[in-house]
Amino acid sequence: MDYFAQQLINGLVLGSIYGLIAIGYTMVYGIVGMINFAHGDIFMIGGFIALITFLVLVSFGLTAIPVILLIVLLVSMAITALYGWTVERIAYRPLRHSFRLAPMLSAIGMSFVLINYSQVAQGARVKPIPPLITGGYTLHEGSGGFVVQLSNIQIVVVITTVVLLAIFTWLVARTRLGRDMRACEQDQTMAALLGVDVDRTISMTFVIGAALAAVAGMMYLLYYGLVDFFMGFVAGIKAFTAAVLGGIGSLPGAMLGGLAIGLIETMWSAYFSVEYKDVAAFSILIVVLIFMPTGLLGRPEVEKV
Amino acid sequence: MSGDRASDRINQRILAVDHLSMRFGGIVAVNDLSFEAGQRQITALIGPNGAGKTTVFNCITGFYKPTGGTMRLTHEGAPAIALERLNDFRISKQAKVARTFQNIRLFPGMTALENLMVAQHNALMLASGLTFLGLIGAPSWRVAEQRAIDLATFWLKRIGLLDRADDAAGNLPYGDQRRLEIARAMCTEPALLCLDEPAAGLNARESAALSELLLSIRAEQGTSILLIEHDMSVVMEISDHVVVMDYGVKIAEGSPQQVRDDPKVIAAYLGADEEEAIAVMESGT
Amino acid sequence: MTGVSGSPSEPKPAAGAPGFGAVLKTGATSAFVALILFSLMIGIRTEAGPTGQLIYWTRFGDLASLVAAVFVGSIAVELVRQWWGPAGGRVVPASVQNGLSIAGRFVAPALLVFTLLVPVIFYDQRYILDLGILVLTYVMLGWGLNVVVGLAGLLDLGYVAFYAVGAYSYALLATNFGLSFWICLPLAGILASLWGVLLGFPVLRLRGDYLAIVTLAFGEIIRLVIINWQSLTGGPNGISGIPRPSLFGIPLTPGDDGLAAMLGIEFSPTHRIVFLFYLILALALLTNWVTIRLRRLPIGRAWEALREDEVACRALGINTTTTKLTAFATGAMFGGFAGAFFATRQGFISPESFTFQESALVLAIVVLGGMGSQLGVALAALAMIGGFELFRGLEQYRMLVFGLAMVLLMIWRPRGLIGHRAPTVYLKHAQAISSDLVKEGHG
Repeated sequence: MDYFAQQLINGLVLGSIYGLIAIGYTMVYGIVGMINFAHGDIFMIGGFIALITFLVLVSFGLTAIPVILLIVLLVSMAITALYGWTVERIAYRPLRHSFRLAPMLSAIGMSFVLINYSQVAQGARVKPIPPLITGGYTLHEGSGGFVVQLSNIQIVVVITTVVLLAIFTWLVARTRLGRDMRACEQDQTMAALLGVDVDRTISMTFVIGAALAAVAGMMYLLYYGLVDFFMGFVAGIKAFTAAVLGGIGSLPGAMLGGLAIGLIETMWSAYFSVEYKDVAAFSILIVVLIFMPTGLLGRPEVEKV
Repeated sequence: MSGDRASDRINQRILAVDHLSMRFGGIVAVNDLSFEAGQRQITALIGPNGAGKTTVFNCITGFYKPTGGTMRLTHEGAPAIALERLNDFRISKQAKVARTFQNIRLFPGMTALENLMVAQHNALMLASGLTFLGLIGAPSWRVAEQRAIDLATFWLKRIGLLDRADDAAGNLPYGDQRRLEIARAMCTEPALLCLDEPAAGLNARESAALSELLLSIRAEQGTSILLIEHDMSVVMEISDHVVVMDYGVKIAEGSPQQVRDDPKVIAAYLGADEEEAIAVMESGT
Repeated sequence: MTGVSGSPSEPKPAAGAPGFGAVLKTGATSAFVALILFSLMIGIRTEAGPTGQLIYWTRFGDLASLVAAVFVGSIAVELVRQWWGPAGGRVVPASVQNGLSIAGRFVAPALLVFTLLVPVIFYDQRYILDLGILVLTYVMLGWGLNVVVGLAGLLDLGYVAFYAVGAYSYALLATNFGLSFWICLPLAGILASLWGVLLGFPVLRLRGDYLAIVTLAFGEIIRLVIINWQSLTGGPNGISGIPRPSLFGIPLTPGDDGLAAMLGIEFSPTHRIVFLFYLILALALLTNWVTIRLRRLPIGRAWEALREDEVACRALGINTTTTKLTAFATGAMFGGFAGAFFATRQGFISPESFTFQESALVLAIVVLGGMGSQLGVALAALAMIGGFELFRGLEQYRMLVFGLAMVLLMIWRPRGLIGHRAPTVYLKHAQAISSDLVKEGHG
C-alpha cells in the first residue's frame, strides 16, 4: 500500500510535466488542425535553456535558490517561446493553405533540425546537474520499512503546474487573446472577417504552448537532474497521447490526460516492467485512437457526407 | 394521401421506408418518416432546406445508421432486403443502390474514363480472380476489362462526354461533372439510383438535358430513381410520385400536380401559415 | 462548391522598387531573433566535466558569425523572393514543359540501362558499387512505401517496422534453421505483410495526422520490442553471422565448390558485391513491375480512388476496409523483401538500423518523388542518398540539413519532383494529369 502511494505521488508529478507539454499539442491542434511534431523537441530545448541559464547564474555567484529558479523560469520561458514562434513562422505559416501533408512533413523536418541542432550545439552526451532542491517530507513510515516520501522538488513541480494552469485557463476564458483563439478554433475565415488578427493569434498559440513546454523542460531538469538531446522525441509522443486521451482540443483534458499517462507509466514500471514502459505508453495511444478517438473530454464529430 | 395508382404501386414497390427516424444527440433530423418508391418510377423527395432530405438519403445509402425504423429494398421478384442492417459499401454492392452527392464527389485526379472504371470495381475484381488472373494477363481478364471499357464508353456517349474521356475529371466544367457522376453511378448497374440535387447549379438548358437523361435512364435501363431536388421544373416534369418533407416529417405525398396544389406544401416553402396559403390560393394570386 | 479561402498570410506582390530599407529591416529583425535564439545554445557550451559536474565555456565568436550569417542570408532570401515572385507562382513556359516531358520519356529507360551497366563500368570501385546497392535499397523501399502513401494515400510513418520484420525474420530463420536466402525471402515478405495487416486493422477509421502518428507509434513499438526481447532478437547487440546469399545454392566463395570455380574464372570478393547489386536491382524491378501492373488492375485503381475520395468509394460498393488492408499488406511485403536483402548484405543487424529516422527518410523520398510516380521516387532516392553521401565526414550536420531540406521542399514543391499523374487506362491518348488535381489522400 505504501509502495502504491509512492508510485501514485511519483506518477502525478510525472503526469504534471506531461500535461504541460500536452497543452501545447492540444491548443495547436485545436486552432490549426495539425499535430506539431516539433513540440516535443521544443520541450527539450526548454530543458537545455534552463540548464544553461542555471549554469551561468551559478557561475556568477548567485546562491539564493528561489531567485535562481525564478530567473531560470522566466528566461527559459521567454527564449523557448521565441523558438516556438520562429518554428511557426518558418515552417508552418507558409504552408497554412497547402495540402494536409505539407505542414506535417515540415514539422517532422523541424523536429530533426531541433534535435540535431542541440546535438551539434551542446554535444551528444547527457548533461547532468546536481540537485538544486533537496529535502522533502516523510509522509508515512510503513511497517515493512518502506517510506512514503514527498520531496520538495515534487511539491515545486506540482505547485508550478497548478499556478500556470490557473493563469492559462484565465487567459483563455477571460482575455481578448483567449477569445480570439476560441474564435479561430471554430471558424478562421469568419474570425478574420470580424477583425481578428488570425496570424497573430495563431502565433501566440504556438508561443504559449512553447512557454509551457519550457516550464515542463525546466521541471524535468529539476526532477531528473539531466537533459539530453533526444528526450523530446519520446516525451513528445507520450504528451500527444495524453492530449488525445484527454480529448484533443480540450485544455483540462490535456492536463487530465497528462496525469493519466504519468500514472499509467509509473504504475507499469513499478508493477510490470521498466523496459517496456514506453511500449505501454505507445500502445495506449493506439488503443485510445481506436476505441475512444474523441478522448475523455472531447466532443464527438459526425462526418458530413 | 396518394391519389395515383396506389394498389399498383404497393405491389411493385422498390423501396419501402417505414417509420424512419434519425437523431443526432438532441436533434431529431428525421422523425417517423414513411413513404414508398415504385419500381421503374421516379420518386422525388422535396422540401425546404434543412428538412432532413439528405439525412434520409444518407440513411438509405448506409452513411448513417438510423435510430429507428426500417428501409426495405425489393428487387423485382426477390425477397426484401433490410437496408438498415447493411453496412455502407454493401448497400451499393448487394442491394444495388447507387447515389450521387450534393457536393460532387468525383475522383478529380483520375480521368472520366477511369472514374467509370472504378465504378465497375466489384465486377472487375471478380473477373480478375481477385487480382491474380489479372497479374498474369489471363485472356478471361482481358475480355472482362474490355467489356468494362465498353460499358464506360456507352455511358460516356450517352452523356455526351466521349471526346473528353481522357480528361481529368477535375478539369471538366461543372455541368459535365454532374452528368459524369450520374454516369458513374449507372456503371454500377443499380436497381435504385439516388440523386442528391442533380440539377443544382445547372441552367435551364442543362436542366432540361438532365430531365431527358433521367427519363431515358428510367425507360431504357429500367432503373428506379429517387431524387432530392429544389428545381421544381425538373421535379414537375419527370416525377411519378412526390414526397414532401419539412422539419424532418412528411407533410404531403402524391402526384406532382397534387403536391403542387397542396396548401401545406405551399405554406412550408413560403414559411407561412396553412390558412394564409389557402387564402392566397383562393384569391387567385 | 469550394470554400472561401480568406488568407491573411498571402505574400504581397513586390511593389515597384524593392524598398531596400524594408529588406534591411527584415535582415535586422532576423538577426536579432537569431541572436536571442542562439545566445545560450551556441554562445555557451556545456559539457559534463572530468569530475562529473557540469562545466561550460563561451563561444561568442561562433555566436557572432552565426548571427552575421543569418543577417546576410535573410537579406539574400528577401531579395530572391522579391525578384522571383511568390513561391509556387512561377509559370514554366509551355515550350519548356513540352521539351521536358519529351525528355522525360527517355529518362526512365536510359536510367535503367545505366544502372544495369554500373557494375560493368565501375567494377573496380567498390565504393561506387556499395553506394549503388544502398541507393537501390532505398529505391525499393520508396517504391514499396509508394503503394501505401502515394497510391492509396495512407500516411504511414512507421514503414521501417516492416523493413525490420523482414530483416529479423530472415536473420532468425537463417541462423536458427539454416534455411537458404531464396526460401527465406518469400517467408520474410509474408511475415511482413502479416504485420502490415495487423497494423492496418486498428487504423482503418483513422485519418490524416492521427493515422500518421499511430503508424509512427507502431514503428517505435516494433523497435522497442526488438531491443528488449533479448532472448529472441539479441537485443541491442543484434544478430550477427547472417549467412551470405548464394546463387541458388552455389556459394560465392573462393573454394572449389564456389561459383568462381564453377565458371572457371578467378575468384574475387567483388563477385559477391556485384551479385548483391544485381540481386537488389532485380528485387527493386520486381517491386516496380508489380506496382505498375497493379495500378492497371481493379485493386490498384481502387487504391487511387481511395486516395481521391473515400466516401465516393464506399458509395460505389468498394470495400474500403479490404482495400486499405491490401495496400498495407502489399507495401509491407516489399518492405519485408528489402529487409531480408539488407540482412543478408550486412551479415549483421541491430535495432540501430530501424529508427524513426529511416521511416522519415523513406517517406521524404516518396514525397519528393511526387507521390505515385515510379520514376520520381527513383530519382528522389538517388538525390537523397547521394546527398547523404556528400556528408561523409560531416555526419553530425546531416540530420540538420535533411530536416531543413524537408521544410524547404514542403514550402517550395510539396507535390514533389514529378508534377503529374499518368492515367492507367485511356481511349485515345494518355494525358498526364497535373498534380494540382490529384488528391494527397487523408488515409
